Amino acid sequence: MNLSYWGTRGSVPTFNLQTQKYGGNTPCVALSDDQTLLILDAGSGIRGLGDSISQDMMDHYDIHILITHFHLDHIQGLGFFKPLYVPGKKITIWGPPVSDTTLRANVGKYFGPPLFPVHLRELPCALTLHEIVPQEPFYIHSYKIVADFICHPGATVGYRISKGNKILSYIPDHEPWLGSVDFPNHAEWTSGYELAKDADLLIHDSHFTNDQYEGKIGWGHCSIQHAIEFAKLANVKRLDLFHHNPEHTDEDLEEYYVRLVDNSLPFDVSLAREGTNVTL
Amino acid sequence: MAQKEIELILSRQFADSLDTPIFITDTVGNLLFYNRPSEKILGLKYEDTGPMPVDEWSTVFQPRDEKGNELPPGELPLVKSLKEKMPAQANFWIEGLDGSRRFLSVTSFPIIGQGHRFLGAIAIFWENVTE
Ligand SMILES: [Zn+2]
Ligand SMILES: [Zn+2]
Repeated sequence: MNLSYWGTRGSVPTFNLQTQKYGGNTPCVALSDDQTLLILDAGSGIRGLGDSISQDMMDHYDIHILITHFHLDHIQGLGFFKPLYVPGKKITIWGPPVSDTTLRANVGKYFGPPLFPVHLRELPCALTLHEIVPQEPFYIHSYKIVADFICHPGATVGYRISKGNKILSYIPDHEPWLGSVDFPNHAEWTSGYELAKDADLLIHDSHFTNDQYEGKIGWGHCSIQHAIEFAKLANVKRLDLFHHNPEHTDEDLEEYYVRLVDNSLPFDVSLAREGTNVTL
Repeated sequence: MAQKEIELILSRQFADSLDTPIFITDTVGNLLFYNRPSEKILGLKYEDTGPMPVDEWSTVFQPRDEKGNELPPGELPLVKSLKEKMPAQANFWIEGLDGSRRFLSVTSFPIIGQGHRFLGAIAIFWENVTE
């Protein structure tokens, strides 16, 4: 499995000299093989990803965009994703089902005035929208995907993607402490557990530190410490800390890393960094 | 055991934080969780029993009308909410394991998550109501 980070920042694009190492674009992760481009979230990072697609890829690759939820930081780049403007290009958007509306209506809120000049129906690509069914596996070529609702305000899913014997778990916005009984000891009552269980790589929310989290309980995000405890409970092999807080500079992130990531953990922990690749 | 649905996890968190007796069941009535205030009603502790199959907890919990007749299960709000996926309400007497009689008002509603997923039901018990 080949994965690249196009956006690792949470909440709002954050570009300044102090954030250039880990990046300022909001969530977008790409998985590619020789026939499929799977994109996790359409934050501002998806613009650069779209620009990087070669003519050969545009002609031959299937493009699928998997949206976790409709908070702006996870969809704001969508209108700037070039393949959407390629006539006839097959693109599929997957997203969570929401009871009182449809995926088409939710995507349609973004496309169209007053927020965006182009209407959804004016996009020249061949766009298909699929509402995922929680916990029901679906297949995109050789990828097996399971989505499930997780603890975050509004209808929000995380994804578990497997290919061959490798498993990626993507849970960018998540508050596992909330609702968990005796966190982090009770897998059965912990949001996201089945998605993350035994994953080779868990990409997980790490928006706060424990001190910062105290005043933000219920906002839908977790601390670096909780992300590590959740990863330990789920028995993952590697954890990439993701959805960096716009207020956290590169220096802050590295200071937290040194202070909060215990060397004796049974798995690797990294700070997800825009512009880098991971091979599983 | 498989991880619970997020709506059930959050329901338990909510129940745990209230001082009102609450039962949370799955779609067939198995008792997934009851909070501390409910322990008086059941005469059991969640700590000791954990989740309970419907046949087990419904025999402990025997609601009766004012004449002492046992209520048919179909009359119980929780059963109605599970069967009809609608809110329900009823008043009845229960006898605790210690022999004391309590008059309760019960309100129940189905747990229906995003995407119209039916996941179970919640019953809330109000004590000290007048008959
Ligand atoms: Zn976010
Ligand atoms: Zn969010």
